Amino acid sequence: MTASLAMGAPGARGVSIAASNIGMLFEREGRAVHALDDVTLDIPAGRFCYILGPSGCGKSTLLMLVAGLYSPTRGRIALDGQPLTGCYPNAGIVFQTDVLLPWLTVLDNVLLPAAVKRLPREPARARAHQLLERVGLGGFEIHYPSELSGGMRQRASLCRALLHEPSVLLMDEPFGALDALTRERMQTDLMKLWADDLKTVMFITHDIEEAVLLSDEVVVMSPRPGRILRRLPIGLDHPRSPEVRRDPRFHRIVDEIRDLFHETGIL
Amino acid sequence: MFQTRLSAGIRIAIGLAIILVAWQAATAVFHIPNYTLPSPSAIAAVMIKEWRPLLQNSLVTLQESGLGFGLSIVVSVPLGIVIVYSRWVEQVVYPFLVASQAIPKVALAPIFVVWFGFGLLPKVLIAFFIAFFPIVVNTVVGMSRTPPEMIHLMRSLGASPLQILLRVRLPSAAPYIFAGVKVAAAFAVVGAIVGEFIAANSGLGYMQLVADNNFQTDLLFGTLVALSVMGIALFYLVGLVEFVVLPRPLRQNRIEGGSTL
Repeated sequence: MTASLAMGAPGARGVSIAASNIGMLFEREGRAVHALDDVTLDIPAGRFCYILGPSGCGKSTLLMLVAGLYSPTRGRIALDGQPLTGCYPNAGIVFQTDVLLPWLTVLDNVLLPAAVKRLPREPARARAHQLLERVGLGGFEIHYPSELSGGMRQRASLCRALLHEPSVLLMDEPFGALDALTRERMQTDLMKLWADDLKTVMFITHDIEEAVLLSDEVVVMSPRPGRILRRLPIGLDHPRSPEVRRDPRFHRIVDEIRDLFHETGIL
Repeated sequence: MFQTRLSAGIRIAIGLAIILVAWQAATAVFHIPNYTLPSPSAIAAVMIKEWRPLLQNSLVTLQESGLGFGLSIVVSVPLGIVIVYSRWVEQVVYPFLVASQAIPKVALAPIFVVWFGFGLLPKVLIAFFIAFFPIVVNTVVGMSRTPPEMIHLMRSLGASPLQILLRVRLPSAAPYIFAGVKVAAAFAVVGAIVGEFIAANSGLGYMQLVADNNFQTDLLFGTLVALSVMGIALFYLVGLVEFVVLPRPLRQNRIEGGSTL
């Protein structure tokens, strides 16, 4: 299955993301921070897009703007052609930390979107169990987050983000805090889940190899104020297995991004 | 968990027994007169003899402090919520609340008696006035400590402000609120006693004054025991409610923002 097929495939969900001329200024400890400068980005429906950039380049801010959690200082964001006003209600977000509610069990945490949106109980429970099973958390439903490892918690938060079948999945460096082995496991899990659902994904990272491994397209950003340096389509086939890492094309793209970072003084 | 609690209870009982035996022995060995320091057995004897007035006056004090305590919860938790949600209230009301804590609240008791007379009302109000502040502060602190990511998460799911309050902010503030409520339980009893010291014709504080005037030191200690039992009972009652209401990860004792009497 190729990325282009994913976009047009019958039953493909997902919405397009269109950000035009986004500028973002905010104040932190009394000083103005210029986070984003004239960012224009189109992500077609169903595409798995990685935003890659150095720390502090405003990529997380871009994700928050797409989620509608903040309003941009300049420019417009539209999801599925509709200008964004307030929070986009059908997004699933995975944050840098798991943000599980410590007083709820794993199952109730995963069911939180259903509780907030007052979705029918039984189908939501069935889906929660199914998602937890898929990421290897079957049997941990009645545990509290404090009883789980960091990787397990982040997997539970991925299940929560997917529960309400969002049309866009926004991921803000969710694997950054995990150890290397857990991160690879999560990457494999995510590839499987995405192959099932084919929704639009906007994934923030500073991990070049991860970006190339998982995505249809890598958008490279400059240091603050964040601008888009280059957009690289990744022509590797889906579904991908971890063996893609041995593919010469994989290395070519990774090297190209490294070179770009060298040229711009990021590396 | 239960095991450690049980053994802690046994340790406390052993410690208490040692103190009582030493106390009893000291009063006998050093011939300490009953009007200076009565022996534990003398206190027990007078408590058994005077059980009826002790019980009646305890119920009076329990009613006063209970009403003041209840009122402090009913007023303080919503007040704390309003302070967190309203910038205006936070800037206008909260500084006054904090400043009011510089006043020795016990010294306000005579004024309350002047305003509200000798009955139940002034004692309830003094108990309330002493007890409400720790709950307000802990509610404000607890709610402000809600991780912003949790609020982002809720907003991204399309949660209403009420849903955010009920599902995230109040649960994350709950351990702080309960810590404040426990402090308030003890403070409310103090408030009721202070009210009774100033003007009353019943209650344990009144009973203490009478016993003091009659040089009945043993009865004075007897009322003290009754007061301690009441304070401890209220404290553990709150603990019990906390245990029943809060899920396991939230049951921690956190005390924030102390208060003065």
